Amino acid sequence: MNALPLLTILTFLPLIGGLLIVGLGPEQKQLARKTALAFSFGALAVALVLWALFRPSQGGLQFEEQYGWIPRLAVRYHVGLDGLGLLMVGLTGIVVPMALLASWKIEERAHLYFALVLFLQAGLFGTFTALNFFHWFLFWELSLIPAFFLIRLWGGPLRASAATQFFVYTMVGSVAMLLAFLAIFLATHEFDFIKLAEMGRDGSLISALSDQLGWRDLTTRRLALLIFAGAFLGFAVKVPLIPFHTWLPFAYAEAPTGTTMLLTGLMSKMGVYGFLRVLLPIFPSEMRWLMTPLLWLAVITIIFSACAAFAQKDLKRMLAYSSINHLGYCLLGVFAVMSSSTMAASPLTEKSAALNGVFLQMFNHGLTAATLFWFVGFLEERGGGVRGLNEFGGLRKVAPVFCGLMGIALFSSLGLPGLNGFIGEFLIFKGAFPLATWATAFSVLGLLVTAIFILTILQRVFNGPLNDKWSKLPDLTVTERAMVLPALALMFALGVYPQAVLGTINSTVAQMVQYLKF
Amino acid sequence: MSYLELLKLAAPETILVVTALVVLAADLLTLRDLELRMRFLIGAMISCVGCAAAIAWMLALPQHADFAEGMLVINPLTQLIKVALLVLTIFTLLISIETDFTPHAGEYLALILLAAIGMLFLVSSEDILMLFISLELTSLSLYILTAFNKRNAQSAEAALKYFLFGGMSAAFTLFGLSLLYGLSGSTNLTQIAAAVQGPKLDPMLLLAIVLTVIGFGFKVAAAPFHLWAPDAYQGAPAPSAAFIASGSKVASFFIFAKVVMLGFKGAEGSGAWHACVPGWVPVVALVAAASMVLGNLAAIVQTSVRRLLAYSAIAHAGYMLLAVMSHNGQGLSSLVYYSVTYGLTTLGAFGVVSIVQQRTGGDRLSDFAGLSRQAPVLSFCMMIFMLSLAGIPPLAGFFGKFYVFASAISSGGLGLLWLVILALAMSAVSLYYYLQVLKQIYVAQPPANLPVVEAPLLSQVMLALLALGVVVLGCAPALLLGKLDTAIRLAGL
Amino acid sequence: MLAWTIYISFLGVVVLMLLPQGDARAARIVAMLTACLGFVFALGGALQAKLGEIRTVTQVSWIPSLGIEYHLAADGISLTLVLLTGLAALAGILFSWNIEHRAKEFFAFYLALIGGVYGVFLSFDLFLLFVFYEIAIIPKYFIIAIWGSTQREYGAMKLALYSFAGSAMVLIGLIAAFVVAGGKTMSLLELSQFPFPHSFQMWAFPMVFVGFAILAGLWPFHTWAPTGHVAAPTAASMLLAGVVMKLGAYGCLRVAMSLFPQGMDAWGFRVLGFGSWRDVFSVLAAIGIVYGATVALVQKDFKFVIGYSSVSHMGFVLLGLMTLDQFGLSGAVLQMFSHGIIAGLLFAVVGRMVYDRTHTRDLDALQKMNLNKLLPFAAVSFTLAGVASMGLPGFSGFVAELQVLIGAWHAFPTLAVIAGLGILVGVAYTLRALQMAFFPETPAPPPPEHTPKLEPISLPERLGTVLLLGTALLIGLFPGLLLDLIVPSFKSSLFEGLRKVSGL
Repeated sequence: MNALPLLTILTFLPLIGGLLIVGLGPEQKQLARKTALAFSFGALAVALVLWALFRPSQGGLQFEEQYGWIPRLAVRYHVGLDGLGLLMVGLTGIVVPMALLASWKIEERAHLYFALVLFLQAGLFGTFTALNFFHWFLFWELSLIPAFFLIRLWGGPLRASAATQFFVYTMVGSVAMLLAFLAIFLATHEFDFIKLAEMGRDGSLISALSDQLGWRDLTTRRLALLIFAGAFLGFAVKVPLIPFHTWLPFAYAEAPTGTTMLLTGLMSKMGVYGFLRVLLPIFPSEMRWLMTPLLWLAVITIIFSACAAFAQKDLKRMLAYSSINHLGYCLLGVFAVMSSSTMAASPLTEKSAALNGVFLQMFNHGLTAATLFWFVGFLEERGGGVRGLNEFGGLRKVAPVFCGLMGIALFSSLGLPGLNGFIGEFLIFKGAFPLATWATAFSVLGLLVTAIFILTILQRVFNGPLNDKWSKLPDLTVTERAMVLPALALMFALGVYPQAVLGTINSTVAQMVQYLKF
Repeated sequence: MSYLELLKLAAPETILVVTALVVLAADLLTLRDLELRMRFLIGAMISCVGCAAAIAWMLALPQHADFAEGMLVINPLTQLIKVALLVLTIFTLLISIETDFTPHAGEYLALILLAAIGMLFLVSSEDILMLFISLELTSLSLYILTAFNKRNAQSAEAALKYFLFGGMSAAFTLFGLSLLYGLSGSTNLTQIAAAVQGPKLDPMLLLAIVLTVIGFGFKVAAAPFHLWAPDAYQGAPAPSAAFIASGSKVASFFIFAKVVMLGFKGAEGSGAWHACVPGWVPVVALVAAASMVLGNLAAIVQTSVRRLLAYSAIAHAGYMLLAVMSHNGQGLSSLVYYSVTYGLTTLGAFGVVSIVQQRTGGDRLSDFAGLSRQAPVLSFCMMIFMLSLAGIPPLAGFFGKFYVFASAISSGGLGLLWLVILALAMSAVSLYYYLQVLKQIYVAQPPANLPVVEAPLLSQVMLALLALGVVVLGCAPALLLGKLDTAIRLAGL
Repeated sequence: MLAWTIYISFLGVVVLMLLPQGDARAARIVAMLTACLGFVFALGGALQAKLGEIRTVTQVSWIPSLGIEYHLAADGISLTLVLLTGLAALAGILFSWNIEHRAKEFFAFYLALIGGVYGVFLSFDLFLLFVFYEIAIIPKYFIIAIWGSTQREYGAMKLALYSFAGSAMVLIGLIAAFVVAGGKTMSLLELSQFPFPHSFQMWAFPMVFVGFAILAGLWPFHTWAPTGHVAAPTAASMLLAGVVMKLGAYGCLRVAMSLFPQGMDAWGFRVLGFGSWRDVFSVLAAIGIVYGATVALVQKDFKFVIGYSSVSHMGFVLLGLMTLDQFGLSGAVLQMFSHGIIAGLLFAVVGRMVYDRTHTRDLDALQKMNLNKLLPFAAVSFTLAGVASMGLPGFSGFVAELQVLIGAWHAFPTLAVIAGLGILVGVAYTLRALQMAFFPETPAPPPPEHTPKLEPISLPERLGTVLLLGTALLIGLFPGLLLDLIVPSFKSSLFEGLRKVSGL
């Protein structure tokens, strides 16, 4: 354990920043913006420090901090980081400054906006490092409030219902999850994820549930599945999985650009992270029992969202559905790992590949989707709020740099080899195919449809005849180019040299797979 | 026993007789030329001195005696009750100082004293003949006191009703008492009880019980013998009404309790819900239930505060009958405590009503509007009185109710719970109309043209003393209970 | 020291009565000093507490012939609630700083109410407890009837009569218990050890429980609460919802459940699916949770939303009590504290910050006012209070509801799910109220030039908000502070009968 409580510092840094900015008052807009950016870079710096100090060869938790908090309820302040957490923390550190830069032009109540973004960042850091249900849930819920207000106060015309729907939907999932974990606490008197994971592994969790909670003659299996369903609902809403997704396109479309970047880049990852950190380790048996339906849910998610994206006319909604689609691949990988199929030559390798792909996909999609929404944001701002697919055309002639750069991001989202989007998807498919053949096969359809609609965007927006309305459309300014360049550079770098990340996460993946072997 | 002995025993009563005569004489001979208030003041002072002297005599020379087999019984308990009665009389006299309904000050004050004498004799009697005589002395004085306001037709009407009802109930009482004499051959209560006791309840005895209860029920204004009460309380001049409500109640209840405890001993029966046994207890239970229900429900719709107090008096009579039903020492103790504190409270309430009525001309609820801003002391005292009547702690009314209910269950067993539940339910109802009065006083805005109510200093002091008494007796009931329990024990009850 | 919380309050009443009429400022200062001192005494008492023991503060014989004593004592539960009273009282006075009309009488009634409430929480003699319980009824009536708003006389009378009826029921039970136990003592500790006959407990328990639960807002006896809360002036609503409803719940725990625990045993037969009083009351509590939340969702008056939300939150308390589980019971007590603070803040925002300035509580009318621009402090306060009320982690409500839910899982799993539903409806109505009142969908056109601006939020209001929010946050993050007081109390001899019945 490090001498410095790095994770605590990481989590509380943006919190303090946010409070400072609130204190600044509404007059000091520029100061607010700069302070926020400074704090977010500070957080990024801490994340980089963590990355540097992380020992990739070690598979377990590092930077652990444990303090007693509410002993009566088995609640401890327990934080730690493994490869997965590190990846997510890094992603957060990168995407938040991007989101702040994208929101630079917000004037109304700017100080509140930037403070809320920092509060959201603190919530995210907290969620990604927490290892005890109580304080994990605390940060999980706390991140909802800033997101709600960000959509509600600065969003588009339908922002009220979008924000409310977002909040209520997520709360439904949260309450179900809370109830499930309280039942677990009643049976085991434990809230710690690590300890619960051990109990899940050796089956003592299920037996504890049936011993302590003899309800109305539910069989052991049914009881365990019931509890699992509660926890599952919480995460399924967040990812989201079809059919719990209806809040997402609405919220993404109505939110201001910076917020949408945060939503798609980071908050959606909370869902997948939850599957990996909480559901998979603690409920392995239940997930195995339900593997087939879950796989098919993932497949439906992939295909349906891709088709839905294709059918949209609003750029933001297209990208929103595309987000669902990309996360569907992550879940495909997660569920495939549960398989105990003997079709694979060496199941452990396949599972490692799949999980590596999942991790990578989470990181890459976060980066790419955030950048894409940023570009759409530029378009919307220049076009005076217009972002319909068919409203533009031939922009390549007037704004070549913009089109070029956005094109890179679009291709990354498509999964073009050489860019970062390819590796994740490739690994997932490589690992999942032997483990869950039919599901993977069907998911390829999703890839196909994605390719179609992304190319459609390229064609309708960039190419084609120039719409006279846009003949004066300004290209990206130098500042703007400088702002997006790091993201794009990262896309290239990771596309060409994914080992940079894979090396760090591999041992974590290996350990996870070990634990999950059946 | 010589006449001197008798004089010593009946000294308090004698002192009062002398005082009454002195007041009459003084007013007639020397005070005629003074203004009315002065006459009342001097007359009341003389009367108060007389009462105080009587109290002093009783406290200084406590005695134990039983003259002529129950004709005059002196023991610490009767002394205590007599002291309480005299205190109530003193306060009544003080209330009457500020009144102006009659020019006949001396006669009025003398009649109050005569009524008091009747009550004192009533309390000391354990002989049915003496009982009847004292009862009549009290009643007749009270009838006249009710009629005293010759300028007001209501007063005459009230007195006539009171008189007619009273006369009829006196007849009932006499009939019942004579039956008892016939059954037992004696007029002493204890001897009567010994004579009529038997394994089976004699139907004649039951008849006697019923008739006696009717008679006493009238006196204490219990339903269904209450019809005189609302008119009497409303029409009579304020001090008379106050005296009827306080002193008369205390004396009547005490003697009622003695009659049933001593005279009907052995014929109690049981008023339990599931095990009713004929006797005087079920009869009293029915009367009590009727009083509580009728009194409280009728009070809700009243607009005249005096009538409201009348119906509330009927309800309280019901509660006190509950205490009578527990025919043991604790029950008697709770009865005395309740009736004495009730007497103080009602006196105070009537005192306030009297002042307001004099200034505004009426006793409607609306006449009390905004009183708290004009006369804060008066209002605060009224709040104490109303809340004590409602049974809100830490006032005396609450402890009284608690003690009464506890002793009723304790002696009657859980079978009597139905009556206690009824009592408490009705008590909850009563809060409504007491709060109505307080609402007018504290919440309502005074109408612009209402004459200002100024309370004279003497009245304020007196009412404050009464309120203080209610509060103190409520917070520290042991002060009274200690003496009471000892007295009851020494009296052998 | 703890007894002085009571005495100082009544002393404050006397001092206030002696002040000259019309000097509102002096009245406020006296009231504030008294409340501060009361809170300081409460805090002192809490800090001196030794965990798990019942500390007697005063014990003198009062009415020896009936065995009644003036016995004040405190265990962890009493201390928690005494602290709540101190905080709520202080906050209430801060939020009443602007009362001018008959100010000294207002504060006199207010302090009398506080004194009575302190007394209930510290009494360990049943007679004394009842005395203080009833003392608290009358000041409530006057505060609402004189200084209230909508339908104040009706609301005040309804509240007074309901409370009195409830206490009448309790008195019946107490007198019966007193007599059955021999008529020698009213001491809580002794009576809780007395072996009352089983059949007696079977009817005494529901009688006393319902009597107290009326004041706690048990469905369907809750109808006084929304009317009363809305009619009351702000400080009174804060006290009513915050503290007085807790008197009822406290009575349920301290008296009904401690004295007659066997009353919760199975009847031996089933009626409509209920097999014991415990089943009945737990279902009623769950209904209250959902009903209160659902009705709050459709209200047009801002204050009614909060009023019904109080009914919903008290449902959690009563459900927690009925679980007879160590988590459920301590969760119930913690919820009493937490809801007291949070409801106080909600009423303060609605009543003092919004209504006193805009003179309307109609949500539709408020929606046109764009209050988040005009009253940003109020908007932020209500947001934070609202999320605390929703049960968001980080605030005290979460830990309390968490424990109640754990207990409910143990005892009535179906009801736990229903309670979860109630939480969700809670989210919905809070969001609705928040959005309609402070964040309208389409911002209103700016008001014409000559409309007087709303007066800014004053210092006492800010102080009060900080006090209440800070407490909610403190207990939310460090619930151990209170749980260390509450949980050991259940191991004392007072709850022995309860422990036997429930297997705690």
